[in-house]
Amino acid sequence: MRTERRLAGRVMWELAVAPFAEFAFMQRALAGALMLSLAACPVGVFLMLRRMSLTGDAMAHAILPGAAAGFLIYGLEIWPMTLGGLIAGAVVAVGAGAVARLTVQHEDASMAAFYLISLSVGVVMVSLRGSSVDLMHVLFGTVLALDDAALVLIGLVLAVTALAFGLLWRALVAECLDPLFLRSVSRMGTVVHFGFLALVVLNLVAGFQALGTLLAVGLMILPAAAARFWTQAVLPMVVLAVAIGAASSALGLLLSYHFSLPSGPSITLSAGAVYLMSVLIGPRGLLLPRLPRRNHRTA
Amino acid sequence: MASLSSYVASSAVALHDLTAGYGSHAAIHHVTGEFARGSLTAIVGPNGSGKSTLLKTIAGLLAPMGGRCSTGRQALAYLAQISEMDRGFPARVRDIVALGLWQRRGLLGRHRAEDRARVTDALAQVGLEGFESRPLDTLSGGQLQRTLFARVLVQDAPLILLDEPFNAIDDKTIRDLTALIGRWHAEGRTVLTVAHDLALVRAHFPHTLLLARGAVAWGPTADVLNEANIARARSFQEAWDEAAPWCAPNGAWQAA
Repeated sequence: MRTERRLAGRVMWELAVAPFAEFAFMQRALAGALMLSLAACPVGVFLMLRRMSLTGDAMAHAILPGAAAGFLIYGLEIWPMTLGGLIAGAVVAVGAGAVARLTVQHEDASMAAFYLISLSVGVVMVSLRGSSVDLMHVLFGTVLALDDAALVLIGLVLAVTALAFGLLWRALVAECLDPLFLRSVSRMGTVVHFGFLALVVLNLVAGFQALGTLLAVGLMILPAAAARFWTQAVLPMVVLAVAIGAASSALGLLLSYHFSLPSGPSITLSAGAVYLMSVLIGPRGLLLPRLPRRNHRTA
Repeated sequence: MASLSSYVASSAVALHDLTAGYGSHAAIHHVTGEFARGSLTAIVGPNGSGKSTLLKTIAGLLAPMGGRCSTGRQALAYLAQISEMDRGFPARVRDIVALGLWQRRGLLGRHRAEDRARVTDALAQVGLEGFESRPLDTLSGGQLQRTLFARVLVQDAPLILLDEPFNAIDDKTIRDLTALIGRWHAEGRTVLTVAHDLALVRAHFPHTLLLARGAVAWGPTADVLNEANIARARSFQEAWDEAAPWCAPNGAWQAA
């Protein structure tokens, strides 16, 4: 009995802890993914609450030409690719946002238009000079090769995100809940809107080194979408989304280690599994609200 | 003719030749007049007559196309039509009412015990004791409107703008909310309310502005809401006329 328990503990250790304990690249990958979860998951919650989840996806595509330009000129170097991605993301966010605020067109249509232009420019640029391997690097990232510079970048983005949420929390909630009210008492609405889009771009850029431009948005949206089924208040939703993101990161890295899978998709798929489970069994999900009730309250 | 200084002091909102609207089309057209400080005014008129546009312009949400609208930089509480709010947002009743603390605490000021007491007290005044933790999406239309009135209470503003607050609301709630408006009036606040029910306006609002793009009539309710004025407002043509003549700078449109 005792030996069995000890054996089970040993197996757990080998499966879940040893990879992180023994290999520096796994430690770095875990540190990067956990910091990304802390920063990107709250951003994802507000993206979802503002019904802008697809905007996150569009922005992830929009940063491609900037990252590609940095990659073409300097190779797989983090700072040029990051700077390029930031510029491309800012151009698309400000362009689409300005069209939506100043013309009759809504943000969904203007964002789709701008990101499509941006994505096609990016693919054209990569295919002009690069090979398909290069394209795969930019699109899907290499979480197992996070170097110190990448970790510093992710740490900086985490700090900026935390500071912005600390300062803007009340305005962000007001802008989601009742934007017209916020405009009637303050001029911050526009500042908050563009500041928030800047946070989205920052976190996508921080994520694309690890997860790739295509999947950086996965760690942002999936944990937030999963958390929505479990709670009915914003702060618990943010905390839960971060927890789901962190758990998915660890699980995804272990899957990647044991089965030799690419780590970006493994992490995103882990988060996807949590999402599907939440859809099914969450208190506000598919099944529980539809269970036949035997009794009901009189009022 | 009163001097300019007494004109400014006695009015809470002064409109001077105000034109406002969307694109190049005026929804309110060359309106001049004032809402006296401490007055209670109903704004009535057919759909599309510019009532909401006028409130949005006074609230500073819409820039005038021409003329001036001055509120003397006083704090104001603006209650929009319900349809503009996100009812799917995971908020509790308390969170919505606490938005009204913005003018007092701003972006970063901590909400203190007295602020929380103010929120609780406002909910009691609109008949929603014990509703603090109810999720937004479980409220009925009447309960949501009571919640928004509680937010106006918390805002504690000298100028209150209410856009169609009695839409799709039952009689009991309308009675409670008009009583609340009456109390604001008694406290010396200036209240502008868009309303459609003329019987309600006659019963509770001392002043009325009858709007049909321009001001058809403006003054004591009994004088404004007569047959002739109402018939004139009804004949107002709502649709934008793409071929409408451009308005001449000196207001010559009236003659055309």
